[in-house]
Amino acid sequence: MPTAEDIKRRIEDAIPQAAANVEDLTGGGDHFRATVVSPAFAGRSRIEQHRMVYDVFGDDVGGPIHALSIKTQTA
Amino acid sequence: MTDENTQIRDAIKAAIDENRVILFMKGTPEQPRCGFSARTVGALQALGAPFAAVDILPHPAIREQLSALSNWPTIPQLFVDGEFVGGCDIVTEMYESGELAALVGVEQPAEAPVAAEPAQAPPLQIQDPPR
Repeated sequence: MPTAEDIKRRIEDAIPQAAANVEDLTGGGDHFRATVVSPAFAGRSRIEQHRMVYDVFGDDVGGPIHALSIKTQTA
Repeated sequence: MTDENTQIRDAIKAAIDENRVILFMKGTPEQPRCGFSARTVGALQALGAPFAAVDILPHPAIREQLSALSNWPTIPQLFVDGEFVGGCDIVTEMYESGELAALVGVEQPAEAPVAAEPAQAPPLQIQDPPR
């Protein structure tokens, strides 16, 4: 079961210069909310920005990670 | 891809083409089975925008084929004019900024979301929006 800290680290390792703030919404290790700030989002649509975050987790989203709510910012 | 999956994917594409605003969700607008689907339905209902709704829960293959088509891993998923708009987070942001009202072509409500009369949507069926 991933922790909020695991999710944060995976995002920050995968997306250039990302700073992530992750909450475990239920305490159950399967519903998370991530706020991610990265200059790598610049010039991309909101859908593309969210896909970049989902792509960090591959099939884990929809699997062990039941829900990952995302908010992205460039700065 | 199996024949069955091809059929499901074609049916999803047809539904997206035939319904200007269509939401793939868990449960129905009357009985959402997930908080994220409920919130997305709430935004659409607050706008008073007619929308078609498809419950993806009865058949896992619907969700698999939908996600393959949209390249988006989670439910709900909103499509407008044949284009993927986003999931709960994006739809909520767009509702709050007024972008969603502009996209579906309605007035942004002045007040906080008020649940409109739910549209009739039997589970398992793709529902045409009211004309």
